[in-house]
This record gives sequence, C-alpha cells and structure tokens, in this order.
Amino acid sequence: MATIFRKELADYFTSIRIFILFLLVFGASAAGLFASFQGIRGIGTETGFVFLKLFTTSGTAIPSLTTFIALFVPIIGIALGFDAINSERSSGTLSRILSQPIYRDNVINAKFLAGIATLSIMILATILIVSGYGLRMIGVAPNAEEIIRLFLYLVITITYGAFWMGLAILFSVLFRRIASSLLVSIALWLFFGIFWGGLIVPAIARTTEVYLMLQRISPATLFGEATEVLLHPISRGAGLLTAGEEVSYMLFNPLSLGQSVLIVWPHITGLIGITAVCFAVSYVLFMRQEIRAT
Amino acid sequence: MAGKIVIETKELTKSYDGVTVVDRLNLHIREQEIFGLLGPNGAGKTTTILMLLGLTEPASGSAWVYGYNPTREPLKVKRLAGYLPEKVGFYENLTARENLRFIAELNGISYTEANRKIDELLEMVGIGDKADLAVGKFSRGMKQRLGIADVLIKSPKVAFFDEPTAGLDPEGINQILDIIANLPKMGATVVISSHQLYQVQRVCQSIGILSKGKTVIEGSLDQLGREALAGGNYRIEVEIAQPNPKLMDILNKVPGVRKVETEGNLLLVNADSDLRAEIAKVVVQSDTSLIQMKIQEFSLDDIYMKYFHEDARLTEE
Repeated sequence: MATIFRKELADYFTSIRIFILFLLVFGASAAGLFASFQGIRGIGTETGFVFLKLFTTSGTAIPSLTTFIALFVPIIGIALGFDAINSERSSGTLSRILSQPIYRDNVINAKFLAGIATLSIMILATILIVSGYGLRMIGVAPNAEEIIRLFLYLVITITYGAFWMGLAILFSVLFRRIASSLLVSIALWLFFGIFWGGLIVPAIARTTEVYLMLQRISPATLFGEATEVLLHPISRGAGLLTAGEEVSYMLFNPLSLGQSVLIVWPHITGLIGITAVCFAVSYVLFMRQEIRAT
Repeated sequence: MAGKIVIETKELTKSYDGVTVVDRLNLHIREQEIFGLLGPNGAGKTTTILMLLGLTEPASGSAWVYGYNPTREPLKVKRLAGYLPEKVGFYENLTARENLRFIAELNGISYTEANRKIDELLEMVGIGDKADLAVGKFSRGMKQRLGIADVLIKSPKVAFFDEPTAGLDPEGINQILDIIANLPKMGATVVISSHQLYQVQRVCQSIGILSKGKTVIEGSLDQLGREALAGGNYRIEVEIAQPNPKLMDILNKVPGVRKVETEGNLLLVNADSDLRAEIAKVVVQSDTSLIQMKIQEFSLDDIYMKYFHEDARLTEE
C-alpha cells in the first residue's frame, strides 16, 4: 500500500491540475490577506482575538479568507477525487494493478490517503502563509487559544475537503466516464452551495426549527457554522437559542474555547460521519465491482 | 506432453444478469506448455482468464492454478501469475522504466534487482532504447511489448495473454509471438486467448476452443488433427488436364472414397484414408492426364471451422 500511496502522491504533485490548484489557493490566500489588510483597522479589538480576525475580516470589496477557503476546498476535494478510479479503469491500468499480488482495498485506501495528504498540505500551507504574512502585517502574535482554534479550523477544513473528495471518489467508482463523475460532483456542489441553502430551504421551511434542520443537511452549512463558531469566539452559532428574541439579551462577550467546541461538536461529528459514509460506500462498491479490461 | 497439469477448471461457470457466459468449463493446462484459448468474440475467453486470476468470482465450479484456488487465495495466485489484458494500459506520464518499477515494487522486488530486470526485459522485447521515454509517446506495438515485459518482471510461473496480437502489424505480430514462444524455456506456462487462429497455431502446443462459454474441444494440436482426420476428413485435390465427366463415376467406385466434387479441372475427393496412389492409378487408366495431386493438411482453421459448423447446426436445430 505504501507503494501505491507514494505513486499517487507523486502523481498529484507532478500533475498540472495540482499546479493550477496551488496557484488558486495561493491567489486566495493573497486575496484574503489583502482583504484583512483593508478591513482589519476598522474592527474593534475590545473582544480580543485579533489574530483570528486576519482570517475572518473582509475588505471593502474582497471577501474574507474563510469565504475563499469555503469556496475552494470543495473544488480541491472534487479535483483530487473525481477521476481516481474511472481514469485507471478507462486507461486500462486498473486491471493490470489488480492482477498484482495486492489486496484490492489497498488501491482505494492509498488513493484516499494520498488525496487527504495533498489536501492537508494545501490547506496547511494556506493557513501558514496567511499567519506568517499576517504576523508581519499586524504585529500581534496569536495566543494559545487562537492557535488551538486555528488548529481545529484546519482539522474541520480538511474533513470538509475529504468529504467532497470521498464523494468524488464515490462517483468515480460509480460512473465509467470521467466527465460524468466530474459533472455530477460539481452539480452536487452547486446544489448544496447555492440552491439548497439559498432557495429551496427558505421556500419549503415553515418554522425556524425545520429551517435549521434542513439547512444542516447541507455539508456547506455545517462547515460554515463550524467556521463561524471557531473563528468568531463571540458567536453563539446559529442555534435555536440565538434564532429568537433571546438574541437581544445576549451578553456581548466571547465564548470560552470549550463552549465553542461544544457548539460545533455535532457539526464536526456530522462532517466526519458523511465523509466516512461516502468512503465506505465507494469502498464497498469498488470491492464488489467487476474489473474488466474494456 | 509429459508435463503435469498445473491449471485446471472443473465445471467452471459464470453468469451475468442471468446470461451464462462461461458454462461448466473444464480445462487442463500442462506445465510449461503454450495453451491457446480460442473462440469467437464473446465466447467467454476473457472471463475465464479473469476467473483463473481471481479477478472475478465464478458462480459455481472451481479453478486451480498451481494448487491454489483463485477465489479463495487470489494473492497467492497473483504472485505466480502475470496477466496482460487485452487493452493494456500504462501510466502515460511515467516512463517505461518507471511503469515497470512500480509493478516490481508491488511485487516486492528490490530496487537494484528491479533495475537489472527492467533493462534485461526491455532489451528482450526490443524497446531497450526507449526505457526513459514517457509511455504516452509509445505506439500500440511498443505498448504491447512493454506489456509483455510488465508480465515477465515478476518472473511468473504462468502468464496469461489476452489477445496479445490484436491491433498489431504483421511484423509486430511475429515478434510478439516469437517472444511468447520462448517463454516456456524460461520456465513459464503460457495461456494465450485469441481468435487469430493462424497465429496461435504457430506457437501453441495445446488448444481449447470455446463457444458460448462451453468447451467445444480441448487437447494437444497433434491429437486434435488426428481426431479430425480419423473422422474421415482426408481431402485430396486432383488437378487434371481437361475435364472428364466419366472420371467422377470411376472415382466414386474407388473403395474408401466418400464424395467427389468438380470445379473445372479440379477434382476434390473426400476419402477415409490417404488414397492418392489408388486415385492416381484410376485417373491414368481413364486416359486423363494427371497434372498434380495434393492432400490437404488439416490446419487449426479446419478444426475450428468444423466444430463451429457443427455448433452452428446444433443451435439452428
């Protein structure tokens, strides 16, 4: 399995696709930095957590870094996974690999792990670049809690990317044609990104409870809320409590780390859960699939 | 053939969505022989190979490869067996050497050992000078050669080639077949699936003909030829100077002659045995000038056609 993992990783890093994705990611980091450069002076520092503001502040016209990341992570995930299995199938390499003395699950495990490794490197690089330049820009060092919050944000972002990658791998097992798996993955991403939260749920939900429940089916909402709570310590999340009139009685002070984590715990669990489900389904399908040369 | 049987199938059956593709197949392949798995497209050749490799599970029946059951112990079989799929594919962005090294690594061959073998094999299949060229630039014939090197890198005890000559030019076909013909000397048992009879005839010692998933016939080529001949299928072609209508009746009276057909100056005699001497005698006695006479040798083609005609008749009935 280490052999396939190494080869997949090497493939990712020598492909033009990843080069373009890295450009995109670094462009997004630069834009995010610029946004916080524009906006960070106007923000009150009375609640503390100045360092986190680097990631969440938007400029006059440019959205914040977290918005960019929320946009790009699914694309990276899909780009890493959409042709994982069916390109090997159509190029005829799959039957050659599977006739070697290795277990079939090694192939899909190695691909998934190599994808996660690539994804992690990309996201970690983004966060570190922004932290480094941001540190130089604002001159305020992060405190321990901020570092922990950023780390949790990193983990949840990787999980979110892994979900989209798992989904794309699932479609690459399911569909024989690369174009189909890519289109279906992107269609699903657009559906959850735009239509579900923006149009469908507001149209069908009668009460706030139902509204929130339906919203949280979408992984994009889960990720968005988790980001919000982790990086905006002041935020209570979009829970039932804050949806009603109680908002006006809320004290304007940041939540402790433990409380923030408590709020996003279900979100993290949910994201890991759907990622695991995607991977498990593609795993089972792949194990049972007929491997023919044509 | 004296070799012991190393690949065996017993009532091997596979069906897809209710359609039986391989139907109670019984094959026996001996050690270090080249076995031709023949049959028209869709006869179940590839499926049989996949089942022997453990890439597909049989619906019923069993297969044994060097004493291992491919369904239960696929890894042990895959360690012994090399497989060249019909549509062989390589990682196009990697060089020939890198592609082979990857397979070598998957087989647990050490780095230095792999390098030595790669050079040796690429030289053997005739693409030694292209070792460091990306496979994307390879032609079909070169990929097929690389495919053979790819099968051999693990020093297999049994090598499966699925349509190894498909899509190659005549020169390429000959070279590929020469390489394959040499494999038993290196200690490998070879199974070739093909519908190209003449090519298989050149290199195979034994054949099994499949049709609609059933074995139509199986055995060594010599034995099959004899069987076909024993069925009364000597065919003698007699060329004479000018047509002679009386000759037909005379020939029909020769003991052992079954049927005589005429095609202008050619007489086609079907006989139970080699009657050339008798035929020559009666032709000359009937005042006809005999130009030449030859006996048709049975090729695989005839065997193939014979069984397929029978098969076609059976299905029509």
